[in-house]
Amino acid sequence: MREIELREISRAVKELSIEANTVANDDLRCALKASIEKEESPAGKAVLNQLLKNQDIAKTEKIPICQDTGFAVVFLEIGIDVRLIGRSLEEAVNQGVRDGYTEGFLRKSILKDPLTQPVNTKDNTPAIIHTAIVPGNGVRITMMPKGGGSENMSRIEMLKPSDGVEGIKDFVLETVRTAGGNPCPPIIVGVGVGGTFDYVAFLAKKSLLRKIGERNADPELAAMEVSWLEEVNKLGIGPAGLGGRVTAMDLFLEVFPRHIATLPVAVNIQCNAARVKTRVL
Amino acid sequence: MGKTTKRVKTPLTRETVKDLHIGDEVLISGTIYTARDLAHARLVEMIKGGGKLPFDAEGSVVYYVGPSPAPDGRVIGAAGPTTSYRMDPFVPDMFKAGMLGMIGKGPRSAEVRQRIIDNCGVYFAATGGAAALLSRSIVKSEIIAFRDLGAEALRRLTVKDMPVIVVNDCYGGDLYKEGVLQYRLRKVFFR
Repeated sequence: MREIELREISRAVKELSIEANTVANDDLRCALKASIEKEESPAGKAVLNQLLKNQDIAKTEKIPICQDTGFAVVFLEIGIDVRLIGRSLEEAVNQGVRDGYTEGFLRKSILKDPLTQPVNTKDNTPAIIHTAIVPGNGVRITMMPKGGGSENMSRIEMLKPSDGVEGIKDFVLETVRTAGGNPCPPIIVGVGVGGTFDYVAFLAKKSLLRKIGERNADPELAAMEVSWLEEVNKLGIGPAGLGGRVTAMDLFLEVFPRHIATLPVAVNIQCNAARVKTRVL
Repeated sequence: MGKTTKRVKTPLTRETVKDLHIGDEVLISGTIYTARDLAHARLVEMIKGGGKLPFDAEGSVVYYVGPSPAPDGRVIGAAGPTTSYRMDPFVPDMFKAGMLGMIGKGPRSAEVRQRIIDNCGVYFAATGGAAALLSRSIVKSEIIAFRDLGAEALRRLTVKDMPVIVVNDCYGGDLYKEGVLQYRLRKVFFR
């Protein structure tokens, strides 16, 4: 049994909050560069060049890539042979978010009460925490600051089983088309299929943890990802929605068994400032 | 469709606005004001109540942004546009108060597009996600109202050569529509 102090988790979450928001991942940079090659629209190309330059500025000047530093979505994979030392895992994660968002000059975007008084929690807590117990003796922490603009364009639908694969594809395309320039394209499209109403949204979110270009391990699903991405890029939305060939940089599909009566599908849109950072303790 | 780079000074005049066409790349210099969801709700409440706005709205340009906090030694943090459609319901009153230009990202409602024509206004898009780059064109920032709203407070910004593109001009042009149509390869169908 390996012992890990919750303090260490707080520290990692704090550092990941700052790093995720200021330093773009290599896979995103490569995808943006590849998009510049593919894009035919001059305005689209100009937008993509701005986005790359923006990432350079954010990194060197240590300021956020995007002012919307998001809801802190934290994925924890805790080895079954780990004993966590401390009082509350949830509080430890929130402490990390609190410290990261305060010390890192990140925007605090969370309102305490979703229905009544718009009072800001002032430290961007609480985080959304997804925990899984996995084999091993380590803790893997992934921070995904998720912006509001792309969440707003995400959708969930309980299709009829008879709608089938074509129905799912149409729903994905319709969701991206309706989103248009709102979610800051070029986007990444996360699609979940199966499970229950709540779980399908989690699948879509989880798919966005993949690196751009990483295909589903199932060859049939991988082929669907490639073909649906191609269809998405025929919509013409383009960078910033100004028209162009590159509407999405990738499309990820995650599935789970379904009930005989249901066909849940969720589309979680990720913006061009796709921020994900992982650390293993 | 225009395709040139133009320099524009604020406050705007109708003559300046009439010279702007969709697709024009514009560098804005001068004073602009920040407001997003909650600040707009309060501004419109003031307008409807016949009160005085906390800034001179005549010819003003409103930037839909909630910047990240400024680290020591910086004027402002990251400051890119937020999605504009959420401010659509407030636009008619803002025009009434004298506003002429808006900076944001994403398409506007049919009503807003009509009001842009009726009021001879203009809607510019700044690149969503280019917040660090855009912050460089902000040379001064001060909160002038609604400090309690934090990132959503009303700010007066001084900008120099802020890069934007004309998306809706006073002639009814809509770059989002025309741009997408130009590159659409897929028939739009749907259940």
